[in-house]
Amino acid sequence: MNTFDYVKPATVGEAIAAASEPGAAYLAAGTNLLDLMKGGISRPSRLVDISHVPELDRIEDLADGGVRIGTLVRNADLAHDRDFARRFPAVAEALLSGASAQLRNAATVGGNLLQRTRCAYFYDVASACNKRDPGSGCDARGGDNRLHAVLGWSESCIATHPSDFCVPLVALDAVVEIEGKAGRREIPLEKFHRLPGDTPERETMLEPSEMIVALRLPGEAARFAAHARYLKVRERTSYAFAVVSAAAALRVENDRIVDARVALGGVAPKPWRAREAEAILAGARADASLFRRAAEAALADARPSGDNGFKIELARRIVVRALALATAGTPERVPALPASPFATVSGDVIHA
Amino acid sequence: MAFSTTLTVNGVKRTIQLDDSRVTLLDLLRERLELTGTKKGCDRGQCGACTVIVDGRRVNSCLALAISHDGAEVLTIEGVAQGNRLHPVQEAFIAHDGLQCGFCTPGQIMSAIGLIAEGQAGNDPERVREGMSGNLCRCGAYQGITEAVLEARKSLGAADQRKVA
Repeated sequence: MNTFDYVKPATVGEAIAAASEPGAAYLAAGTNLLDLMKGGISRPSRLVDISHVPELDRIEDLADGGVRIGTLVRNADLAHDRDFARRFPAVAEALLSGASAQLRNAATVGGNLLQRTRCAYFYDVASACNKRDPGSGCDARGGDNRLHAVLGWSESCIATHPSDFCVPLVALDAVVEIEGKAGRREIPLEKFHRLPGDTPERETMLEPSEMIVALRLPGEAARFAAHARYLKVRERTSYAFAVVSAAAALRVENDRIVDARVALGGVAPKPWRAREAEAILAGARADASLFRRAAEAALADARPSGDNGFKIELARRIVVRALALATAGTPERVPALPASPFATVSGDVIHA
Repeated sequence: MAFSTTLTVNGVKRTIQLDDSRVTLLDLLRERLELTGTKKGCDRGQCGACTVIVDGRRVNSCLALAISHDGAEVLTIEGVAQGNRLHPVQEAFIAHDGLQCGFCTPGQIMSAIGLIAEGQAGNDPERVREGMSGNLCRCGAYQGITEAVLEARKSLGAADQRKVA
């Protein structure tokens, strides 16, 4: 790990001023950043530790029935906040399916959005990686790439965004609140992460010195609470990133879907909203053939970036399964194995 | 750059002078305070051997910068027994053979104490396994670990009343 200056600002304003130095990085829990620094992938010359800045760790109800989540709220605290989990159950399930209990106790909301890809070539500083070292090439192309992207990738980068949390968030129209030298602004989460194109090193819309201060979910998002699931295929039962994942949130009236939200994880360089699938579902009667058509639409533009063609069909099937489980209803409690397609159907009481 | 960090470790207030901002909580415990019960396994947050309880929450001490935790209360494996009386989780690990080589055990025990305090797993072995999945045991003592956690929870009389998500 390189040496760095350490700055501990007391306010957001002080933090932004301190982060305006070239080479500065914000530190919250550090569960991803310290890992990257130990490996020499990230080499900030200054860490601006925002973890003690007051008022960034609050969960606030909004007048429209939505919620505003401070950037420092810990993943575990959000997932176990009863009122939040009742209104946004797919988000709670996604959070609980990610990482381990120890990491969820530390990792923050803002840090989750800003976590880096787990592409092994990005992590291996001896490999060529356009994201880590722009212009150096991409050793994932032609390498071990069975877990890489099938949507939104470019010739310069085929890495995926690893977040579970972001998948239901993007489906539910979450908004990112940002503060920087130029003041406050906000961006829909769907537009927050960039596609790689020729500049895979630019992953988000954040400008230098800007920081996430909060995340908002609109009241509209709570209307899906009765039929909302997150499902995630992993290579082991627990404590693994998604091979593919899907969030499905429905409003169902008399066996008819009146509104649908679908997003995919593990398939693209960003959390992937599937609006084409949503359009097919809206107004239709919920059945298996409808779910399959929606899944086909969600993956219509997918193409392998390597030895990962299997992920396209796997993603279709996880969309179908997520839609079927969402239609059946949100369980009273997050299953023992959150988001697991292998969890037994428990017959829990369904939300009203 | 020199830094001073004050931590309350196992109930004792310690002020440590750091000459390097890069020191993790794990390295501080092991190298500066000579509390070597907390183990360094992967040093990347993947194995759980370094689990300690910071301000009441189980975390990976290898991914925590010491300097960022000024003022924190830290509980390590050295602080859980009362004199010669083992902590109920320690006793349960012995009773149920929740270990073989023992390297992961301090992390397993601190994680189990955290899990029981969180009150999310109840007496459901599947929830215990899921809640302990951040602690790897390469000897494969998982069956005994799960039994130990379930028994320790019972013997601690943990009120698992918190209604959960």
